[in-house]
Amino acid sequence: MVPFAGYEMPVQYSPGILAEHNHTRAKASIFDVSHMGQVALRGDDPAAALETLVPGDIAGLAGGRMRYTMFTNETGGILDDLMVTNVGDYLFLVVNAACKDDDIAHLRAGLPGGTEFDVLENRSLIALQGPAAANVLARHAPGADIMPFMSAQPFEIDGSRLAVTRSGYTGEDGYEISIPSADAVRITEILLADDDVELAGLGARDSLRLEAGLCLYGHDIDKTTTPVEAGLTWSIGKRRRAGGGFPGAEIIQRQIADGTTRKRVGILPDGKAPAREGTQITDAHGGVIGVVTSGGFGPTAGGPVAMGYVDSDYATKETPVNLVVRDKPRPGRIAAMPFVPNRYYRGQE
Amino acid sequence: MSDLKFSKEHEWVRLEGDIATVGISHFAQEQLGDVVFVELPDVGKQVVKDGDAAVVESVKAASEVYAPVSGEIVEVNGELEDDPELVNKSPTGEGWFMKIRLSDASELDGMMDEAAYNDFAASQG
Repeated sequence: MVPFAGYEMPVQYSPGILAEHNHTRAKASIFDVSHMGQVALRGDDPAAALETLVPGDIAGLAGGRMRYTMFTNETGGILDDLMVTNVGDYLFLVVNAACKDDDIAHLRAGLPGGTEFDVLENRSLIALQGPAAANVLARHAPGADIMPFMSAQPFEIDGSRLAVTRSGYTGEDGYEISIPSADAVRITEILLADDDVELAGLGARDSLRLEAGLCLYGHDIDKTTTPVEAGLTWSIGKRRRAGGGFPGAEIIQRQIADGTTRKRVGILPDGKAPAREGTQITDAHGGVIGVVTSGGFGPTAGGPVAMGYVDSDYATKETPVNLVVRDKPRPGRIAAMPFVPNRYYRGQE
Repeated sequence: MSDLKFSKEHEWVRLEGDIATVGISHFAQEQLGDVVFVELPDVGKQVVKDGDAAVVESVKAASEVYAPVSGEIVEVNGELEDDPELVNKSPTGEGWFMKIRLSDASELDGMMDEAAYNDFAASQG
């Protein structure tokens, strides 16, 4: 257990990070992500209100659907990334633990009048992730298996009312399940009783999301990186690109039109040596062209994987680069992400 | 009781003549978790006691392995290149790191025997 943002967090359970990672890709794992902030946003028009703080198309979010977006600052930097779900009569936000207090202050200061928000302090959050997740959850919550990726639905298991979304942070099919904290251990144990399900810790969560090419706030994205540089332009809807109306819109719109001087890319080291966060990326002449923001061993990829920012001139796939690990330049190349194909459930054909 | 000697940095040494085989302890591999990469020194390199000799990387992090004795690297365990997990499976056997030709045998005197090391490791856990 390690302390993180005021929580005691499990980095790994007894099987170890590698076994937990592999189990998630093969069957299903439960991650306790209760440190994440859960917020309900209500009011006359919470979508319009939230759109003043994020570039995502929230007004266009149908009931029971969710979307990835970010709080931006006046220079287009990312204050936090978050998931927004249209629950029907309110918006449900999931934000990062380390940013929770700042996000709440930001919402309080930035939201127009007529909008209220509740921090759902009495709810826990678990993620059930992996190819077996749908069958496992459907045994207790019939119908959960046909929810499309990025949709939300309420379910009841053993008398506990759960807010379930088909989403996650592993690249696998799966769910995030918001549970009244009083029931969290009981519901987790019910799901864990399935032969296919094991617990997994933060270590496996990190290697899984890295292979899936997903950003970790504070590492791959932060106040100094814009959504465009981070390769997250896809999360900014057409109407928002044209209309702006969010912090830093001018800079972000200009970057979408003109490009950026650096880009977040995937990087595959040639050998077996992992290139970890902070590793300098150089060109053939030793000139620094970027830095690794997340890197390690990808158990499913079968070798080291990394992501980071490089000068846009070097951001094309297959561009050879050097990774300076322990003062020694080691060859690698720019690579497409995800490193392991996503297996999200897009609905029945 | 084994014939191994241990350092406070969790390396072990097995002496045969003037050649010291070096690896990391069972306790160390347990603390590291799954080993995914080992960087070994070049054969012929001179190492000094408590200086950097190798690097072991687990899923979690990269850690230095220090030379428990001074001398010349005469052999390294090439098997670790393809099978770094040997360090977890057999830390004091097939998972050895390197062989050092001792330049000062008296350096071994300050090292712990297995019983003393186990007590020391227990106090670190």
